[in-house]
Amino acid sequence: MDLFEYQGKQYFARYGIPTSPGGVADSVDEAIEQAKAAGFPAVVKAQVQVGGRGKAGGIRLVNNEQEAKEAAEFILGLDIKGHVVKRLWIEHASDIKKEYYASFTLDRNAKLHLAMVSAKGGVDIEEVAATDPEAIKRLHINPIDGISYDQALDLAKSAGIDQEALDGVASVLVKLYECYTLGDADLAEINPLILTPQGKVHALDAKVTLDDAAAFRHPEWDAFRGVSELDGRERLAKEKHLNYIGLEGSVGIIANGAGLAMSTLDVVNQVGGSAANFLDLGGGAGADVMSAALEVINTDDRVEVVLVNIFGGITRCDEVAKGIVDALSSVEMRSPIVIRLDGTNADEGRRILADADLRGVIIEKTMIGAAKRAVEIVDEGASK
Amino acid sequence: MSIFVDENTKVIVQGLTGSQGKFHGLRNKAYGTKVVGGVTPGKGGTDVEGVPVYDSVQDAVAATGATASFIVVPPKFAPEAILEAAAAGISFIVCITEYIPAKDEAMVFNVLRRNYPGTRLLGPNCPGILSPGKCNIGITSGDIALAGGPVGIVSRSGTLTYQALNELSLKGVGQTTCVGIGGDPVPGTTFIDCLAAFEQDPETKAVLMFGEIGGSDEEKAAAFIKENVTKPVVSYIAGVTAPPGKKMGHAGAIVSGGMGTAQAKMDALAQAGVHVARNPTEAGEIMVDIVKGL
Repeated sequence: MDLFEYQGKQYFARYGIPTSPGGVADSVDEAIEQAKAAGFPAVVKAQVQVGGRGKAGGIRLVNNEQEAKEAAEFILGLDIKGHVVKRLWIEHASDIKKEYYASFTLDRNAKLHLAMVSAKGGVDIEEVAATDPEAIKRLHINPIDGISYDQALDLAKSAGIDQEALDGVASVLVKLYECYTLGDADLAEINPLILTPQGKVHALDAKVTLDDAAAFRHPEWDAFRGVSELDGRERLAKEKHLNYIGLEGSVGIIANGAGLAMSTLDVVNQVGGSAANFLDLGGGAGADVMSAALEVINTDDRVEVVLVNIFGGITRCDEVAKGIVDALSSVEMRSPIVIRLDGTNADEGRRILADADLRGVIIEKTMIGAAKRAVEIVDEGASK
Repeated sequence: MSIFVDENTKVIVQGLTGSQGKFHGLRNKAYGTKVVGGVTPGKGGTDVEGVPVYDSVQDAVAATGATASFIVVPPKFAPEAILEAAAAGISFIVCITEYIPAKDEAMVFNVLRRNYPGTRLLGPNCPGILSPGKCNIGITSGDIALAGGPVGIVSRSGTLTYQALNELSLKGVGQTTCVGIGGDPVPGTTFIDCLAAFEQDPETKAVLMFGEIGGSDEEKAAAFIKENVTKPVVSYIAGVTAPPGKKMGHAGAIVSGGMGTAQAKMDALAQAGVHVARNPTEAGEIMVDIVKGL
């Protein structure tokens, strides 16, 4: 789960990482109140999960109530690269002496945690990595050992952080590591991490991605839900615990396992079709999950045929077949379904489907055969 | 021969009394795997259809001499279960559990690497290992495999592992061992571990390798193949047409350093002399031709 900036800052606060005082506003009136509470000068920031907010006019410095009102009126509803602004974060404006960069993430190669620090913050860090890689200092951290204040201090020194900011940066690094590990974040990034003329170090932005798998030990994450940027269908899929990504084509895809789902997209593409979505049922999907997947796909009017590609392992094909039968008894599918079932209890699954004698359901034996059949159906529809 | 397991491997199932553990543990046993016991704390002394259950891995190992463990427990308990198995002297652990938090996975991997270097973990979030006709530990349906070799399979994604077996078996080409390494960020066993073992295994004459987008394990495997693997390798990388995944912010992009796309992986493999197929069926067809020419 990607957090918005204001959520990331709330999360940082739990781990003692200093941020500017501020608040959230969903309307112009709320924005004026929050700006007054934060104290002028204040910054009004669009809350969208996309880069380049500043360039798009989504961040404004305001000096009084009138300017706060104008800024909120302008930014609320603004379309930033397809993301419409519904919420603002308003905080007291900080004086900036220096801008740094700090982050923690997993280095899959080394199988260790990785800290990155740079004295060149406040700009696109990927650009820095490409043009001046030496400006980013890295430190691998074994999860058994963690990171000590002294190690953090050495890292900050090696990155060329200013003398007066060293203690502040090192202490933020230690806290950010706690936020990353204890807070179960896949990514915890501060860009910029600023030094003020008063010698204070604090986070001016927050980029946090939470590890959904750890949700069971974080009841506090519930507060972050329900405000995501997902469209209606993606939200429905998420509620049903399906891994769904909408695309532009006409073949609705349902498969079990991310690899098989991706491969199904590849094969549909190679036989001349295009996928309307990526949908992975996950492992061990039962009848209810299959039924929910069909329901989600059925709300997409671009879909002209549904391709169900199941290779049972922990998922049992008889359960999948029951789900299809259940779904079709309650939902009227707008398009035919081509099904390929293999693996655990596949014979039983195929028998359940055959016995149910469902209209608009076609069973194919192989993955490539099923993909071809699905694309033929789209082509037949187009020629009518 | 086979890699990592064989017909003599004695296996215990951690979580045998749960519904998934029972279904898959007993199915592995029915396949012919030597499933000698189960472990569920508090249920020692009972049995699951004749398979004795113990309170701890230590008890199970002492009573049965098991050297392998199949872990089928929820994500909350899986990290502890893996470390318990390692501490009890289990040398080969298969963990199929999905949705283990990344921090727990990284911790377990590093504890094994530091304290139990002799223990191999396969997974988590993997389908397991299958040596047709000899041993099946995991959730793969045994009937889709064909005994007798000569192909070794290694695959990252679970269901694509089944697809790989299926493509070969349908064409009458058998397998020595099929290893599903899993697609989680910190897998215990990598492509390279399996490629090295297949290279050493005299009965394996060729290797089928299925990867997918993300990470850089396939690129590393390509470099390894170039230097160390003399046997023919056929690969398929899933995700050529996949939507760009959720980007892990800038830090993630820097770590991967531009690697991780399907094209980058396919190019790296092709340069290492690997036969690169565009889909699983084509990979199977190429492998059939290679096996015919052996």
